[in-house]
Amino acid sequence: MLELWNVYGLPLAFMLLHIGAIVGAVLLAVAYYTYAERKVLGAMQRRQGPMTVGPFGLLQPIADGIKLLSKETIIPSQANRAVFVLAPMMLFTLALVAWAVIPIDYKLVLADINVGILYLFAISSMGVYGIIMAGWASNSKYAFLGAMRSSSQMVSYEVSMGLVIVTVLLCTGSLNLTEIIMADRPAWVQVMLFPMLIVFLVSILAECNRAPFDLPEGESEITGGFMVEYSSMTFALFFLGEYANMILMSAMTVVLFLGGWLPPFGIEALAVVPGFVWFVLKTFLIMFFFLWARATFPRYRYDQLMRLGWKIFLPFTLIWVLVVAGSLIAFDALPE
Amino acid sequence: MAPADFLLEYLPILIFIAIGVVVSGAAVALSLIVGKQNPDPDKLSAYECGFDAFDDARHKFDVRFYLVAILFIIFDLEIAFLFPWAVTLGDIGMFGFWSMVTFLGVLTVGFIYEWKKGALDWE
Repeated sequence: MLELWNVYGLPLAFMLLHIGAIVGAVLLAVAYYTYAERKVLGAMQRRQGPMTVGPFGLLQPIADGIKLLSKETIIPSQANRAVFVLAPMMLFTLALVAWAVIPIDYKLVLADINVGILYLFAISSMGVYGIIMAGWASNSKYAFLGAMRSSSQMVSYEVSMGLVIVTVLLCTGSLNLTEIIMADRPAWVQVMLFPMLIVFLVSILAECNRAPFDLPEGESEITGGFMVEYSSMTFALFFLGEYANMILMSAMTVVLFLGGWLPPFGIEALAVVPGFVWFVLKTFLIMFFFLWARATFPRYRYDQLMRLGWKIFLPFTLIWVLVVAGSLIAFDALPE
Repeated sequence: MAPADFLLEYLPILIFIAIGVVVSGAAVALSLIVGKQNPDPDKLSAYECGFDAFDDARHKFDVRFYLVAILFIIFDLEIAFLFPWAVTLGDIGMFGFWSMVTFLGVLTVGFIYEWKKGALDWE
């Protein structure tokens, strides 16, 4: 009995604890990311942001959560009820599940699978299903148009994101996220990857439907897009999913480009700070970039958005993949 | 690595998915219990800026969205080919490199054709 517990029970208990910690951390991060967003936007517009609930408005996200929880759940009479309710659940679950493969520190990862980056790519692509389901099941014109816009936008930018990931893989020679971080890249390779970092940063804005690419929810034209019929917790799940996705994409950028938990610029002296602290700080940096972009840029027009994705990013990344591959071969710098 | 071990790495993900579904389901169920439900026909009609809904929302839509989806499939398949190529480029060397250049060249011809045909214009 004791042996059975040691072989199966203990690892399972650790696994459940680990999953619980991830879920808790992500939910907490999402709650305070919304708070940070309002504070940062406030500061950039010389306002104070939320100040009333708790000291410095720190309890605001909790108050928001309780408010949304206690609201009435409206399911439109014309809607397809089952799909309508499943869509936000699916989006939120996917946003959580992707965290299973993100290595916060060396070997500090729930599932160290050998195709981690493919898993991340697959899970983040599946978000489109949630949006299409929501738009179709609502049976409302705004929701339908919003879902169409959102999915074609996500799909367009996924192509260039895929090519960016392929370029990084050329330099690392592995699909495992830990090995991607640990792979040593010479300085000139980092320089060659820099344009890809820019493309990736713009693409994740479009992928998360964030300003300046937040056309799917464009309030002034389609009043909230695919979420227009949602209320209460079903709406909150969309909201949580969107912010969890933004944090996930930030973490993904850190893994692919910013060296994960390793100290910045390879400075050995900074290794005294534990690795996960560096990981979190770097993720904060990209998360701040999301808010900064929102405060700075006006919204794009839809045809401009599609042109940027298909006519600029796609040809550029396609050529750059070959340029990087060619130089890696020419300078014999390919990983084994 | 034995096949069983290989699959065992995915067990945490399976459990995670189950927990994710339970968490989101519980959140929706809790709000149904906590929130006061008070439906009426006007509240439950589709939102159209205060009008009664004109007709069913499931009607024809612009074919461009469909075209984008088709283009996406082509390029996503291409990326699916690039992934294994990128990881093993060190082993397959020059031959592998030039094979992929040929493949991408053929694809680029198609891409230029789409561009010239105006499939990428969004009017």
